[in-house]
Amino acid sequence: MSEGALAARGVNKSFGSLIVAADVELILPPGMRYALIGPNGAGKTTLINLMTGMLAPDSGQIFLGPDDITALPPHERVRRGLVRTFQISTLFPHLTALESVTLAVCERRQVARTWWNRLTAYSDEIDEAYDILSALTLGPVCHRLTRELAYGQQRLLEIALALAAKPKVLLLDEPAAGVPRGESRELFAAIAGLSRDITVLFIEHDMDLVFRFASRVIVMVGGRVLVEGTPAEIAADPQVRAVYLGKARHGAAP
Amino acid sequence: MTSETIAGPHEFLRDQIRWRWSEIAFWLATLLPFVLAPDYLVLASQIAITALFVLSLDLILGFSGIVSLGHAAYFGVGAYTAGLLSAKLGWGEPLTGLLAAAIAAGIFGYLTSFIIARFRHLALIMITLGIGLVLQEAANSVSWLTGGFDGLQGVHTWPIFGRLRFDLYGYTAYSYSLAGLFIIFLIARRIIHSPFGLALRGIRENGLRMPAIGAPTRTHIRTIYTIAAIIAGIAGAMLTQTTETVSLEALGFQRSADVLVMLILGGTGRLYGGLIGAAVYMVARDQFSGLNPQYWYFWIGLLLIAVVMLLPNGILGGLENLARRVRGKP
Amino acid sequence: MPPVFGVLFDGFAYGMLLFLMSVGLSVTLGMMNFVNLAHCSFAMLGGYVTVTLMNTTGWPFLATLPAAFLVAAAASVVLERIFFRHFYRASDLEQCLLTIGIVFVSVAGAAYIYGTDQQPVRLPPYLLGSIHFAGLDFAIYRLFLIVTAMLITVVLAVTLETTRFGAKVRAAVNNQRMARGLGINVDGLFAVTFALGSGLAGLGGALAIAMIGLDPSFALTYLIYVLIVVSVGGLGSIAGSFAAAMLLGVSDIAGKYYVPAVGAFLIYLVMIVLLMWRPTGLFGRR
Repeated sequence: MSEGALAARGVNKSFGSLIVAADVELILPPGMRYALIGPNGAGKTTLINLMTGMLAPDSGQIFLGPDDITALPPHERVRRGLVRTFQISTLFPHLTALESVTLAVCERRQVARTWWNRLTAYSDEIDEAYDILSALTLGPVCHRLTRELAYGQQRLLEIALALAAKPKVLLLDEPAAGVPRGESRELFAAIAGLSRDITVLFIEHDMDLVFRFASRVIVMVGGRVLVEGTPAEIAADPQVRAVYLGKARHGAAP
Repeated sequence: MTSETIAGPHEFLRDQIRWRWSEIAFWLATLLPFVLAPDYLVLASQIAITALFVLSLDLILGFSGIVSLGHAAYFGVGAYTAGLLSAKLGWGEPLTGLLAAAIAAGIFGYLTSFIIARFRHLALIMITLGIGLVLQEAANSVSWLTGGFDGLQGVHTWPIFGRLRFDLYGYTAYSYSLAGLFIIFLIARRIIHSPFGLALRGIRENGLRMPAIGAPTRTHIRTIYTIAAIIAGIAGAMLTQTTETVSLEALGFQRSADVLVMLILGGTGRLYGGLIGAAVYMVARDQFSGLNPQYWYFWIGLLLIAVVMLLPNGILGGLENLARRVRGKP
Repeated sequence: MPPVFGVLFDGFAYGMLLFLMSVGLSVTLGMMNFVNLAHCSFAMLGGYVTVTLMNTTGWPFLATLPAAFLVAAAASVVLERIFFRHFYRASDLEQCLLTIGIVFVSVAGAAYIYGTDQQPVRLPPYLLGSIHFAGLDFAIYRLFLIVTAMLITVVLAVTLETTRFGAKVRAAVNNQRMARGLGINVDGLFAVTFALGSGLAGLGGALAIAMIGLDPSFALTYLIYVLIVVSVGGLGSIAGSFAAAMLLGVSDIAGKYYVPAVGAFLIYLVMIVLLMWRPTGLFGRR
């Protein structure tokens, strides 16, 4: 059995009679760009919650590389390189963008526990934070409070926080959610520009973006993985078409 | 909108934490009572001690978002440690008394922090309330040791460094408590401006995001909670030493509620807010001390409602808003 | 019959009282997440309504009970319209502070109008005395209390399970956003539920006078017990409130009877332990 960067094996989760994950098997090979699609309520975000440890599975295991991380708490998984973003911006409203990313960098470098030194003494961490923000075009607004940023900028900050943790595997939950068409291309360009060392899985509803940036697509329905394949294969798959009847924007192969 | 040029990230952060003129003016003003109100030095020392207590609550409530209805527990542990040290063991040396109180309150704070760090919302509020009430009842049930509501008898504080006696005029008391407040304030200020302080604010701003950036939230909470307990304990010990008495109300619900009111009044998460809130509250209480306690709480109730509805960031927050409007910013 | 049955009986009666006073808070907290620490002020109001009506206008005790319910419900509507509804999305802390402020004002107001002494209430003769059964005395008033509270509990349970109103309440408690999405007028529903809950508290306060007394500090003293019931029972759960109220009532009475030195202590420790085991309450949502 080949080892993936991230794997879910036999993961099950239900809330009473509501099954949100049924026998999910998933392996992400290193460096690939995967898209996870499916109708609302299919369990995509739940799967991310299960893999990142925010939700405990009823049964099954999660692997990061060769390691079984099923029992690890969320922050430990982040330490090992499994990082996610949130569909609804989960940011620090009264911290500036610079402070937010600097915090993430400090946590990664394990200096966030020092209470006896001024933050300004940590110039390496501040530089790194500023570089991350600049690469995402947020340099000029880094001194702004998060709550004052435009929505598109906040979505970029979501990603900046994730990148500050130096992920090996990055799970993006609808990164372009709510962002106007013109701005989301830049967002995804930023993601496309990510190093090939990082394995990326993103949840998206916009098929345009899925076909543009993903090398493989996983389709989930009702807590189960329906089918997996290249974007072209998925577009042609009759089962997928049935699920997306009326929502598909790309039918034939490009 | 004016275009703002920032010098750079380092300069921006440095600018945020530098000492302001208003801060220096504030601390100079704390010396005024020696000159302008020498008859009120005893009250002034009470205010300084209470301000230290409010400061400790600000660290966990204002900066870390932990709502505690039982913070007086740590104040009380410190107060009784100093009191018992003197009354039962005959050791009245003030500075070592503070050290003992800090250790006792710190240990109690550290142990309870394991419980505190695991909960949020209503469960957390109730548990902090419960811890305070349990301690209050426990102290009451050993009234042969603690002196019950009448208070511990026989507390006698030795002169500081063998020279500076505590007397009725309060000169030594105020110097002592003000010095303690200032030194600990400097430490608190450093904590707030450290990476750890940033992490605390992160916990307050979004507890969900913190683990997602790899932060060991519970460890951070345990640390600040222990530090806050130590500071509260020192404040409690100072009260015992300067008043040469300690009673159950030092760890009662009333005290926990009062300190919360003072912090809200002054403004949370601003360090100085707590100090100002303490000063305003205690001066007002002193002025209206002739009033029936029932009526005092009537006005405090109205004040709370008014603050929450009109001035949600307290006095300091209101002043900041005013300053911003005067300067013409949005 | 060993005295334990007497303790259980008294504990049960006390528990029913706590249930009446707590159930409203549990449901409204579960529905809107609004921390209303002034809930016991409505209980206190109900008590004072009964006292005033009986002593000033000579109403019979039983007749004052519906009045206590209605006045408390009406007062809650006024407060909700003026203050509370601006704070449904505010932080826990702000809600606590606002409602604590209202408690302080209500306590001071009660002291001003009625003084700080315990209020006497002259129960009608048919509620006095006790029934002697199997070697123990069962106070008639406590029987009355238990029966009344059980009736109300049954009415509540039936309403919740069988009526449309009840279904809407359950939906809104379960998932507010989804309920709104289904077209349920959650704000209006909340106003009605809030009034009902406060009315029940008022009724509880009126019934409480003869068992635990009434003075201005009632709003604060019993707030702590009510909060314990609500947090231990689980927000939004009537069954949870019932179970927690029984647990608390019996523990408190039993503690004070069997280990008086530790009495008051015990319930706080029980609460802490239970909350640590189940942070969202015995019947709360996880």
